[in-house]
Amino acid sequence: MIYREAGEFKTSYQKDQAILSIRQDNWFMWAIMAIAFLVIPVISSEYWLGTIMLPFLILSLAALGLNVLTGYAGQLSLGTGGFMATGAFAAYKIAIAFPELHIVVVMLMSGLIAAGVGILFGIPSLRIKGFYLAVATLASQFFLIWMFNKFGWFTNYSSSGVISAPPMTVFGDNFVTGPYATPVAKYLFTLSLVVFFALMTKNLVRSNIGREWMAVRDMDIAAEIIGIKMLPTKLKAFAYSSFLCGIAGALWAFVHTGSVEPLAFDVNRSFQILFMIIIGGLGSIMGAFLGAAFIVLLPIFLSNAPAMFGFNISVDLISHIEFMVFGALIIFFLIVEPHGLARLWQILKEKLRLWPFPY
Amino acid sequence: MNIRKASTHIIATALIAGSLAGASTAFAADSQFIGSLVYRTGPYAPGGIPWADGFADYINLLNERDGGINGVKLSLEECDTAYNTDKGVECYERLKNKGSTGMPAVMPLSTGITYALLDRVVADKIPLITSGYGRADAADGRIFPYVFVPPATYWGGADIAINYVASQEGGYGKLKGKKIALVYHDSAYGKEPIRTLEALASEHGFKFSKFPVPHPGLEQKATWLKIGRQLRPDYVLMWGWGVMNATAIKEAAAVGFPRDKFIGVWWSGNDADMIPAGKAAKGYKSLQFNGVGSDFGVHQQIKNELYAKGKGSAKSAEQTGEVAYNRGLQSALILTEALQAAMNHYGNKPVTGEQVAWALDRLSITEDRLKEIGADGLFDPIELSCVDHLGKGRAKVTQWDGKQWKAISDWISPNSKMLRAMYEASAAQYAKEKGITPRPCG
Repeated sequence: MIYREAGEFKTSYQKDQAILSIRQDNWFMWAIMAIAFLVIPVISSEYWLGTIMLPFLILSLAALGLNVLTGYAGQLSLGTGGFMATGAFAAYKIAIAFPELHIVVVMLMSGLIAAGVGILFGIPSLRIKGFYLAVATLASQFFLIWMFNKFGWFTNYSSSGVISAPPMTVFGDNFVTGPYATPVAKYLFTLSLVVFFALMTKNLVRSNIGREWMAVRDMDIAAEIIGIKMLPTKLKAFAYSSFLCGIAGALWAFVHTGSVEPLAFDVNRSFQILFMIIIGGLGSIMGAFLGAAFIVLLPIFLSNAPAMFGFNISVDLISHIEFMVFGALIIFFLIVEPHGLARLWQILKEKLRLWPFPY
Repeated sequence: MNIRKASTHIIATALIAGSLAGASTAFAADSQFIGSLVYRTGPYAPGGIPWADGFADYINLLNERDGGINGVKLSLEECDTAYNTDKGVECYERLKNKGSTGMPAVMPLSTGITYALLDRVVADKIPLITSGYGRADAADGRIFPYVFVPPATYWGGADIAINYVASQEGGYGKLKGKKIALVYHDSAYGKEPIRTLEALASEHGFKFSKFPVPHPGLEQKATWLKIGRQLRPDYVLMWGWGVMNATAIKEAAAVGFPRDKFIGVWWSGNDADMIPAGKAAKGYKSLQFNGVGSDFGVHQQIKNELYAKGKGSAKSAEQTGEVAYNRGLQSALILTEALQAAMNHYGNKPVTGEQVAWALDRLSITEDRLKEIGADGLFDPIELSCVDHLGKGRAKVTQWDGKQWKAISDWISPNSKMLRAMYEASAAQYAKEKGITPRPCG
């Protein structure tokens, strides 16, 4: 009914290889884009844009980065927070040292620096696998945060070790950082970056690089036998993953909070993002977004819910209920669908394609 | 209905309900909304709960006793941050537009949240009051028009601690060659006093050494072995937080470092930090920017008006004298005095953040006013101006006697001349990075 595919013929290789090969999917995606770019900025309050959508988008980008590394290339990493911090501090140093640079250039450069750091910490992945690699990347997390705390150079010798973003514009007078940035501008800027990188990642994982990653993930020895070089493949995954995480960190520091201390990217952030991709679905672009939505939006919803339904409960009780319900929901979803929310989405789509005649 | 279908239903319900989240509760149009960011949960809740109770009790006292401020009822809403920066920002955004005039001021009660709000409060024109935490250089009101730091800053605290040490040793001249160590929480908060202490060390010739303790600070054995056995400093200062404080005191006892030469900043001086350290804490000293105990008039009124009628926020009236509770009272007092001043000027109706900022720019809580409230001796008078967002910045030294804090000094003034120059230099650097033009102060 909804997916009526009769009469859709693919007459060229290009059509056959399109990201969204079914016409309805295509429409659906365009509709989501239209809602995200046009409807949400118009109807949302400042609270929704600034506190819910913005962290959701930025953490989606970080989850996307980690999903490339863990979900596609199979390298378990707990260093996400460290790479985000690298991006944030790199962006700060670049933006202060070269005030005339455009914010997009600053973001890309900070992403490249984070990628370099990612390559460095990815080298052990050639010898270390699985949980041991997780511990090795955990070391990078602690090392990087320690380094930004320890050396004043990274913060321009600020007495508290806090960096804060200078006001920057995208074009004209449209500030996206600093006190005069409007939530709408911040939202649209972040959304554009996130959409661009999501599209880029989607294409990357469909290319030969992505196929190499998946081969390494599924069985590294087999991949090596068919001629995939381990080190460059794994390092490419580390580099691209850290690149995205670095940009996410820079966005977090510059666009979302405006000023951060290294502790904003502590190990809890790494875990938060790892949970996003586990709940959202490993090895899926959609999963990064669904997981980020689950982890970011649900607690906010739960803490707002009692007031919304008119219950007058003390704030500490709300917080405790929030923890309990959140924990229960995580367990519930992992039992119902161990492959994450993205798999649920996929099942739903398959059902819709067959609906109303399931078999 | 199978479980998979059930889950889709749940998701759908959650999405629909979530989209309604924007709808907020209606408030009586003539009441003044007050938003309070508290942490009644999370790892630091033992220090956060008494603060929240003190804050709420003072607001409720005004409502019960005087019917609010100048006849305008106060309606308080708390939001739990769990001392988490992400949650704190969410709380701020949630509360800032509530009530008829929005949140009149925000007191985030966390250095991390303070930094995250610095840009936002400028855009929203909501004053950010950070009592004894946050950015010390916000004392320069020309560059931070919406940030207020009464009654004290960390830099001032560091100076007061050295001042006290000097008075113990018999004058600044005797500090030469002495060894003073700083044990600090390795975060933005813990690093604040370092620059001041380094400046003082080079001025007075004492040897200053730093001992960072990584969060959360449960493991300090190596640190204290180095302090107690190797360095053997004459004094140890501490910028600790939460569980780190009790651990440090216990470790200090283990290496035999005299507790009466161990001085913590105010956040290392909560009752909740001393009790876990048990006997080891006896003799330990801490700076406080408020008086200690519950024998003040304001406590009596709170007990009579609230606790006697079962309306108190804390579990029992005995908890009203805790250090953190008194700090909550003080924050509420600063806010309500500013609200009153704003109402006196703009009329007796709910006021906006901008109007409160105007009032805070000329806030004056005199000794006489404190007497009227029943808080003389409990709090230091505060005088703010457009340029000076700090006031006197004085603090007391208190000592833990095993059961409670006892004040062992009068208010100690920091070296305002040196600090003022440091505040201005640091604020100027901030202004340069952020492209802020200092506002003129007439």
